[in-house]
Amino acid sequence: MNKKPRSLIRIIIPVVLTLVTIALIVWPMLAGGQYVVLDPKGPIGASQRDLIVISTILCAVVIVPVLILSAVIVWRYRDKPDNKSAYEPNWSHSTKAEAIWWTIPIIIIGLLAIVTIRYTYDLEPSKPLASEKAPVTIQVSSLDWKWLFMYPEQGIATVNTLNIPADRPVKFELTADSPMNSFWIPQLGGQIYTMSGMAMTLYLQADHEGQYWGSGANFTGEHFAQMRFDVNATSEEDFDKWVREVKQQSQPLTQEMYKTLAEPGTSNVAYYSAFPEGLFQDIVTKYVVNGQSAHSKHGEASGAKEITTNDVDKSAN
Amino acid sequence: MLERLKEFASEFFVTGDPLIYGADVAIGITMITIVAVLTYFKKWGWLWRNWLTTVDHKKIGIMYIIASIIMLFRGGVDALMMRLQLAMPNMDFLHPEHYNQVFTTHGTIMILFMAMPFMFGLFNVIVPLQIGARDVAFPFLNALSFWLFFLGAMLFNLSFVIGGSPDAGWLSYPPLSELSHSPGVGQNFYIWGIQISGIGSLATGINFLVTIIKMRAPGMKWMKMPMFTWSVFSTCIIILFAFPILTVTLALLFLDRFAGAHFFTLDLGGNPMMYINLIWMWGHPEVYIVVLPAFGVFSEIVSTFSKKKLFGYKSMVFAMLIISFLSFFTWAHHFFTMGSGADVNAFFAVTTMLIAIPTGVKIFNWLFTMFRGRIRMDTPMLWTIAFIPCFIVGGMTGVMLSVAPADFQFHNSYFLIAHFHQVLIGGVVFGYFAGLYYWWPKMFGFQLPEKLGKWAFWTWNIGFYVCFMPQYAVGLMGMTRRLSTYGWDTGWWELNFVSTIGAFLMGVGFLFQVAQIADGIRKYKTLKASGDPWGGRTLEWSIPSPAPEYNFAITPRGDDIDEWWEEKERRAKGIYPPEQPLEPIHMPKNSAIPFIMSIFWFIAGFGFVFGWLWMAILGLAGVGICMIARSFSYDTDYYIPVDEIKRTEASLRGSV
Repeated sequence: MNKKPRSLIRIIIPVVLTLVTIALIVWPMLAGGQYVVLDPKGPIGASQRDLIVISTILCAVVIVPVLILSAVIVWRYRDKPDNKSAYEPNWSHSTKAEAIWWTIPIIIIGLLAIVTIRYTYDLEPSKPLASEKAPVTIQVSSLDWKWLFMYPEQGIATVNTLNIPADRPVKFELTADSPMNSFWIPQLGGQIYTMSGMAMTLYLQADHEGQYWGSGANFTGEHFAQMRFDVNATSEEDFDKWVREVKQQSQPLTQEMYKTLAEPGTSNVAYYSAFPEGLFQDIVTKYVVNGQSAHSKHGEASGAKEITTNDVDKSAN
Repeated sequence: MLERLKEFASEFFVTGDPLIYGADVAIGITMITIVAVLTYFKKWGWLWRNWLTTVDHKKIGIMYIIASIIMLFRGGVDALMMRLQLAMPNMDFLHPEHYNQVFTTHGTIMILFMAMPFMFGLFNVIVPLQIGARDVAFPFLNALSFWLFFLGAMLFNLSFVIGGSPDAGWLSYPPLSELSHSPGVGQNFYIWGIQISGIGSLATGINFLVTIIKMRAPGMKWMKMPMFTWSVFSTCIIILFAFPILTVTLALLFLDRFAGAHFFTLDLGGNPMMYINLIWMWGHPEVYIVVLPAFGVFSEIVSTFSKKKLFGYKSMVFAMLIISFLSFFTWAHHFFTMGSGADVNAFFAVTTMLIAIPTGVKIFNWLFTMFRGRIRMDTPMLWTIAFIPCFIVGGMTGVMLSVAPADFQFHNSYFLIAHFHQVLIGGVVFGYFAGLYYWWPKMFGFQLPEKLGKWAFWTWNIGFYVCFMPQYAVGLMGMTRRLSTYGWDTGWWELNFVSTIGAFLMGVGFLFQVAQIADGIRKYKTLKASGDPWGGRTLEWSIPSPAPEYNFAITPRGDDIDEWWEEKERRAKGIYPPEQPLEPIHMPKNSAIPFIMSIFWFIAGFGFVFGWLWMAILGLAGVGICMIARSFSYDTDYYIPVDEIKRTEASLRGSV
């Protein structure tokens, strides 16, 4: 009856649907959330962002043309009576063509592999950062379900909040008194697992003062979602001032208090003017049997730095 | 006494959550309805003779697929519950503990109890038909595999109402999954559900390897095998080497929990990191186990619906075998952040990237199969065409994740979640749907209504992109997986909200599919399919739909990759194969032992879950008795006489 409006509708509906879908996907992406991974504030995060950009471009070089080619092929060779493009039902082999599409991915992956290997050695987490300033050491332990930060050089400790001096490397030593978690401050750089029975090393640096955040990125049970913490990167003076304030205004963390803290449960932000000496080593060596930990095969050269009882004895001397 | 009974019941049954009470009622009503319907229509005998005791590969395949679709529903409801909880910040829909159970069962069910059985269902229905065989190599073992899978899956699902669900993630990393941190029985359900069905998976792998090696039609040389059969072969090789690792790993975890061993505990020298390595030595190959058959399905469909030979057959075969091989050398990319050092990370980054090469070649070959073809847009082909761009993008993000130092920023974030859902839904689920639509007429003898199928296709696809594209973005905003809640200050809610809309669209797509199947069953008389409804190319299309019990009245030849296509060409030219006399067909007899033995496995598993040794021993003794009974049963086969074959063929061909 009314053939024309119907065919118009058949065009309009898909167009509208496509536009709505695209709008629905693009709108939240531009809605104002912060792309922390793409907006790094430190050298490690910046290199990782560069690497993400490089790998995206390398992949896109092949993928975009292939996507276009797919669309063209599907459109051009659809089964319509008036389709005049070639039809060769038995054409199923061409050494030349296949050589081309074995070669293209080999080249791209080859390039990407070279870049990846270089960056893998450059960004090895336990490698110290090049800087004129000596790094500040912070010992981190993930607990169920909170973070304990110990500042051995300053002698203070905090829970679920982290203060670091800006523009100076930070050496994180990480362990866990709980199931494996992962320590991640996206704007400073990539994460690393915190595992009981061993100490990991991760160097990060905040180039600029500012407030960032970190989280526990590996599932550890019931209230693991509460393991988010603030990261305040301040000037050297402000950092020292903050340390003095914590020393003056807070209670020390005692062994008993630590035991309570390590119990499963959530925790508010807390500050301690002192913590038991060697607490970090105690956590690392908690499960050592007869001077042997289960992971004694991990070497120094690999990221997982092993602290055996010998090391502890030395540090006690 | 009553008090003790009450106390026991409150621990035994899951209590306290209105959602679960609702589900209890629903399960109860469904069971009563099923029993009532079977009794009313006097179908118990039919059920027992035709289904529960069958060794027919086609029926077993259909049962696999039905079970997997039910599991898709359960896993999908889990997914929607998670998406509801994450739709807005600070939602209070699911308590964290409940949320943790939901994502654990979602992952476990979707991979092990949805994707695996769906895949085995397609293997079962199609492989013997494609290679011109009368059944699989070991029909009894095949039935046993199915029932082990089914009762394993049921045991796992039982944890929903009895004892409590596992909540340590789909791979149950220790020490979280150890007694020290998960004292409940949920983890035991996880271990035994997977163990029991895992035996079935391994047996299926062996069964199909032997079937493909030994039972191909005369003339079907290795390089003349249809591509789906090749994909099954490649997958079965992976199963053969990967599943024993899973079994051993979970057995060790169980020894930790049950017998106080210390393989993966924190104390007394246990090493949880060893578990993570072992489970991924199975877990990564597992990804290729489920995706390779999907590749096989796409290869068949692309060729059929482009009316053109598959391009680059040899490349396709070698690409799949290379993927099978490489799949065993990439496992550590799941934990680049464990600090194994630059040497290890560089090695596993490169091996992971290498897989992109054969996969890329396969994409090109599919594209060039369509090039200079004539593409028909029926539902199987629609899913195939949707797969290509989806998988290209998913593959690209996979390569990005394999760049080890960059992975330090992607790991455990929603970027990763979006990636693996894109390859698992866009690759595996789309592939199995395409396969189901493609072979549906062969299984049931009627076509599915196309219109509802197209509605399902479009809602699924739009839903997919609306759900998962925002998840890439929210990953780059630092949102990590398995968070049960997040705050307003994160800036994540818009993306999560839209993602939830997409998830529900996919749910609507699933409902369309259910409606499509229901509508098809209602109108099946008008939708009758011929033996070859799509213009097929391989041997399964040369026989009537649905295939008769014995598959081929006369053993076919398989001299060409597209044997049936060539045969049709020859017939068009008036060249007919010489008449061959019918001969009695040797067939395996039905057996109740697989079903009964699996029930005993279920009893044993249940006993181990609750630590009731008497029950476990009882179950294992039953398993042993079944094995002995089988060893002494000699009456396991029979012949179908020529008259009966003639009658069957006449009625089937007549109705075509």
